[in-house]
Amino acid sequence: MTYSTPRATRRTFLTAAAALGGATVLGIRPTLAAVDWKRFAGTTLEVNLIKSPRGDILLKYIAEFEALTGMKVNAEATPEQQQRQKTAIELSSGRPSFDVVHLSYHVQKRQFEKGGWLADISSFLADPALTEPSLKESDFADAGLLFAKDQKGVQRSLPFSVDYWIVYWNKELFAQKGLSYPKNFEALVAAAEALTDPSKNTYGFVARGLKNANTPVWTSLMHGFGMTPIGDDGALRTATPEAVEAAALYQRLMTKAAPPGVSGFNWAEAQSAFLQGKIGMWLDGVGFAPPMEDPQKSRVVGKVGYGVMPKGPKAQVAGTFGDGLGVAAASAKKEAAYLFCQWAISHDMGARLLQAGAGVPFRQSILEDKAVREGVKMPGDWLDAVVESGKISRLALPVIIPVTEFRDIYGVGLTNMIGGGDPAEELARATKQFQPILERSEKG
Amino acid sequence: MAAINLDNSQADMRLRDMGKPARLAPNYWPFVTPALFVIGAVIIFPWLFTLWMSVNRWTLGQSQSFVGFENYIRLATDFRLWESLWHTVVYTALSVVAPLFLGTLAALVFDTKFPFRGFLRGVFVMPMMATPVAIALVWTMMYHPQLGVLNYLLSLVGIGPQEWIFNQKSVIPSLVIVETWQWTPLVMLIVLGGLASMPREPFESAEIDGANAWQKFRYLTLPMIMPFVMIAVIIRSIDALKSFDIIYAMTQGGPGTASETINIYLYNTAFAYYDIGYGSAMAVVFFVIIVALSFILLMLRQRAQWSDAEGK
Repeated sequence: MTYSTPRATRRTFLTAAAALGGATVLGIRPTLAAVDWKRFAGTTLEVNLIKSPRGDILLKYIAEFEALTGMKVNAEATPEQQQRQKTAIELSSGRPSFDVVHLSYHVQKRQFEKGGWLADISSFLADPALTEPSLKESDFADAGLLFAKDQKGVQRSLPFSVDYWIVYWNKELFAQKGLSYPKNFEALVAAAEALTDPSKNTYGFVARGLKNANTPVWTSLMHGFGMTPIGDDGALRTATPEAVEAAALYQRLMTKAAPPGVSGFNWAEAQSAFLQGKIGMWLDGVGFAPPMEDPQKSRVVGKVGYGVMPKGPKAQVAGTFGDGLGVAAASAKKEAAYLFCQWAISHDMGARLLQAGAGVPFRQSILEDKAVREGVKMPGDWLDAVVESGKISRLALPVIIPVTEFRDIYGVGLTNMIGGGDPAEELARATKQFQPILERSEKG
Repeated sequence: MAAINLDNSQADMRLRDMGKPARLAPNYWPFVTPALFVIGAVIIFPWLFTLWMSVNRWTLGQSQSFVGFENYIRLATDFRLWESLWHTVVYTALSVVAPLFLGTLAALVFDTKFPFRGFLRGVFVMPMMATPVAIALVWTMMYHPQLGVLNYLLSLVGIGPQEWIFNQKSVIPSLVIVETWQWTPLVMLIVLGGLASMPREPFESAEIDGANAWQKFRYLTLPMIMPFVMIAVIIRSIDALKSFDIIYAMTQGGPGTASETINIYLYNTAFAYYDIGYGSAMAVVFFVIIVALSFILLMLRQRAQWSDAEGK
């Protein structure tokens, strides 16, 4: 097959330019024109956000979006738990009060899919008049696309921010004991126990012990044993030997190397303890990093290492969570709402998110942008941990409707383990309790 | 009796009207209708709707179907419900008894005259005015096993660190301490009102008869303030039964489910698991329990008043 390239002369160029100008005057949009951000000027958008550092970044720069589009945005930001309830109730009513919704994928993805609450945005993504050429599917981390597409592969949202689980470690405490950052689970346990000295109120490890909040700690460890809570066939694998081993590891770390009272710790209590400089390692989300380097809040400024999750016996996996922005299926302003979502995950907004340490964009082009990386206020270790975690990321929680029940039921079992419960028995009991709930959830 | 003074025709009319339903004059309806409408909209309808939801399988985002009494049957076999009921009973009992005892004691103290009494009384009632969630956050920090001020204070007197709300065994008593701290002033104010309204004569007579301080308290003060104490018991019981904010903000029902009261479980069922039908069935049962308990407490209050009237 041969191709012939038309010869470009001054005359052909002038003819084409005149035709293009005429078409524009007549209101005909060229196929490859850039996004017309002003297309919905005068429209008022209702946006429902999660009150968080990520939501705050959007709120902070919303005036820029209004100036860019000529739209007015009424944005509401509510704390995570309440926002989840409010959006679920409103969306199920069929008449939500918002056009754009900020959703936590790890909790709401399947629920939103089953309810058919989010609009299909595939056609918008394919429309050059609505989507910037730089916004390509290949630019998103795999986990982001897994989150954003439904079971049929239809794009229902745009991935906004990812949260990988990393290990925050106190370099000073490690140096005092002559230890280095653990590369695997075995070394993790050894270091945690070596760092623990109750007489000095120093403990080697801390993580969430409070029911519900603690379940992702266990599932993250479970990945290292090559197991996921639910198999591809939808069957629970929470009482398998690997799941029990992960639970036993959790129990050991939380009873032998964690501070007293850890069974009541959520991330906030764990973070407070780590900030005091008396904790060797803290396993939690990468998004909790900014206070570490804030002298007003931290006694460990400049002493914190940010480590990728150590390797388990079978795999090295960083538990991954994330949130995205979707357009309500019931919205009458879907295209305008989509423009907001696109702006929220744009290069500039992603850069701001990353540089403030408020979150990590799902878009690789932002993470790889040298200029963006230079503007990141967090230490280089942190950014390296983010990038490396992205390479080994897996969804930490199963994509099911009753995620909260899953977290609650197994969370109670894990808390009981901290109190001395047998991991195998607790997991068997929790599995028996959760099985009918899971089955019922997919029937309706 | 009034009927004795009636003439025969009037008595006949009364007899004819007996047994017939009372009729309202038609011109009263415009005045009654708005109130009936409001009561129907904000009380009757929500309850009927809750009853209806309780006999349906209804989860947000999924189809809904009538299941009869299935949700109620599920309640009977739900271990977590019974556990939460037990937590509610323990929490309520402690949250009534502790403020009652301390509040009565405080009222007796503040009923006597001493310097700066007015100022100190003002300081004493301040916890009552604070926002529960703010209180919860402050106490959570104070209870922190490593960073909390309470363990530091204990260490000054040689007592080892406690885990407070971070331990399954001590979580309910620790929550009750917060509840007691906040609501003891209310009991104090109620009982203080009772003390202020007591007549002085019986006390003068008792003094003449040679009664000691304990006898005066036991046989005069206590019976006379009992109706006020019962009011405090009713208010505190209902308040403690429906307590949610402090528990949710401090422990979310944890560690595990150690402080999960029926309110927290109900909330989780309806708004975290979105199991609206089952949550409604739970609400109906809880409502029946509260009505029954209120009825018992009101009966006790009647008895307390009767005792007082009889001078016992």
